[in-house]
Amino acid sequence: MTTDSKSAPDFVAPHVRGLPKSGIRDFFDIVVGRKDVISLGIGEPDFQTPWHIRERTIEAVERGATRYTSNLGTPELRQALAAYMRDSFHAEYDWQHEILVTVGVSEAFDLAMRAVLSPGDEVLYHEPCFVAYAPLIRMAHGVPVPVETFRKDDFRLTVEELEKKITPRTRVLLLNFPNNPTGATLDRSDTEALADFAIRHNLLVVSDEVYSELTYEGGRHSMAAIPRLRDRLIFLNGFSKAWSMTGFRLGYACAPAPLIDAMMKIHQYGMMCASSISQTAGLEALRHGDAAIAEMRDAYHLRRNFIVASLNEMGLDCFMPRGAFYVFPSIQSTGLSSKEFALRLLNECNVACVPGEAFGACGEGFLRCSYATGMTQLKEAMERMEKFVSALVH
Amino acid sequence: MDALLELLKKNARESDATLAKLLGISEQEVRARIAAYEEEGVIRGYQALLNTDRLDTCGVKAVIELRVRPEREGGFDRVAARIGKFPQVESMYLMSGAYDLLLIVKGASLQEVANFVSARLAPLDGVLSTSTHFMLKTYKDQGVLMESESHDDRLQVCP
Repeated sequence: MTTDSKSAPDFVAPHVRGLPKSGIRDFFDIVVGRKDVISLGIGEPDFQTPWHIRERTIEAVERGATRYTSNLGTPELRQALAAYMRDSFHAEYDWQHEILVTVGVSEAFDLAMRAVLSPGDEVLYHEPCFVAYAPLIRMAHGVPVPVETFRKDDFRLTVEELEKKITPRTRVLLLNFPNNPTGATLDRSDTEALADFAIRHNLLVVSDEVYSELTYEGGRHSMAAIPRLRDRLIFLNGFSKAWSMTGFRLGYACAPAPLIDAMMKIHQYGMMCASSISQTAGLEALRHGDAAIAEMRDAYHLRRNFIVASLNEMGLDCFMPRGAFYVFPSIQSTGLSSKEFALRLLNECNVACVPGEAFGACGEGFLRCSYATGMTQLKEAMERMEKFVSALVH
Repeated sequence: MDALLELLKKNARESDATLAKLLGISEQEVRARIAAYEEEGVIRGYQALLNTDRLDTCGVKAVIELRVRPEREGGFDRVAARIGKFPQVESMYLMSGAYDLLLIVKGASLQEVANFVSARLAPLDGVLSTSTHFMLKTYKDQGVLMESESHDDRLQVCP
């Protein structure tokens, strides 16, 4: 049976109908099903989840740890998270009232927006950025206000740019460093300046630091490490990138009790709790997963050196990012738009990268290449790209 | 361990150019450091890691536990040096516990390995006893699984 779309009643809410589809989704539709494509377009680790974590997960299922947990998450996991926050950032969070375990960082971010925004409230966020932020802000009836970051600043967010966009309706400053898609990180001086900015304008800071374990140089500078920001910070993190646990869908939020309480209200009605099985896996990762992180971080670090050197050598200007597993080379020297470049690279060389404009208008002229891919494919991809670029330029 | 050695242990065929980019050093430096490691005897050779179960030439391998009487001067070293000269002996280690030397011995057939043990190893002066275990199948060698885990089934493009 088919439905005539013209006469069928439209039940979709206008604010959802108006949401654009993700630019990544468009590109995915073109790539999907194609053989012999080397994909540098993947935003998840290529490593298998460390075996000890998978093994503990199997054991949890055998033991029957398959029930609802506390809405906030199991006490053991929250205690381990409190210890992790203390050890990593000298940040004290009370596991009973200030930590919420969620279904990935995405849910935590969604909860944060819905918990704090009233219709018309503005959220400052930096572009290029992860594709989900602006839509989730909109669905919480907020107004996403993009702030550009630039190659000349190594894609750091500057207070100077933020000041241009502040209004009486600005309520939240959203941060994501190390950054997807640029790999940019913040120094201590940056985090301090951003904290001052937030306090000066009485903003709540929501900091998504899901890539923080994947920092290669310069140290990890978390917003959670700034004591004077504590009352106005929702810190978000997860297990996906650090331990290669994307399919476990496990994240968490740390914030003052009234904020966690508000987020928990939405979480308890909408989600009930994060998967009990995944929570057991997360506990194993926190307790015994340091070596696994170190091993993967070292591998990413070397690959980053390789891909940045290769891209610059072929004439695509690329800054040396200090975090995450992305590089964000400029393709402006080729005279093509990001989308043209990515499409032609795919069609002519079977290499998939994501055009920079998928991450915000100011990503035009750039390309996101993920190096969460084995060295064999990475080398082959760089060889194909080198040929493609040199044919374009000559 | 030096990152260069780690990389070579994973893939000894990696080109100097790639090693240089990975480590952020020049190709000349890569070559010089490898040469130095070879000179010092840290790097003893480069070999392909084979899954011999996949090859038609089906030889056999055995693990042999040897109890050995140590000598007043030199302990186990002299007898170990003698045993190590046999080309059949692929690996040899001095062990703690119930026996002294652990050997991995290869041969064309069970009979050949058995003959080697009874005719060459057991009669050696200082060898007190041998215990031979034939290997049936290799699951993992040098940190590498012989059957890889599932291929990359990630979505080809994702945020």
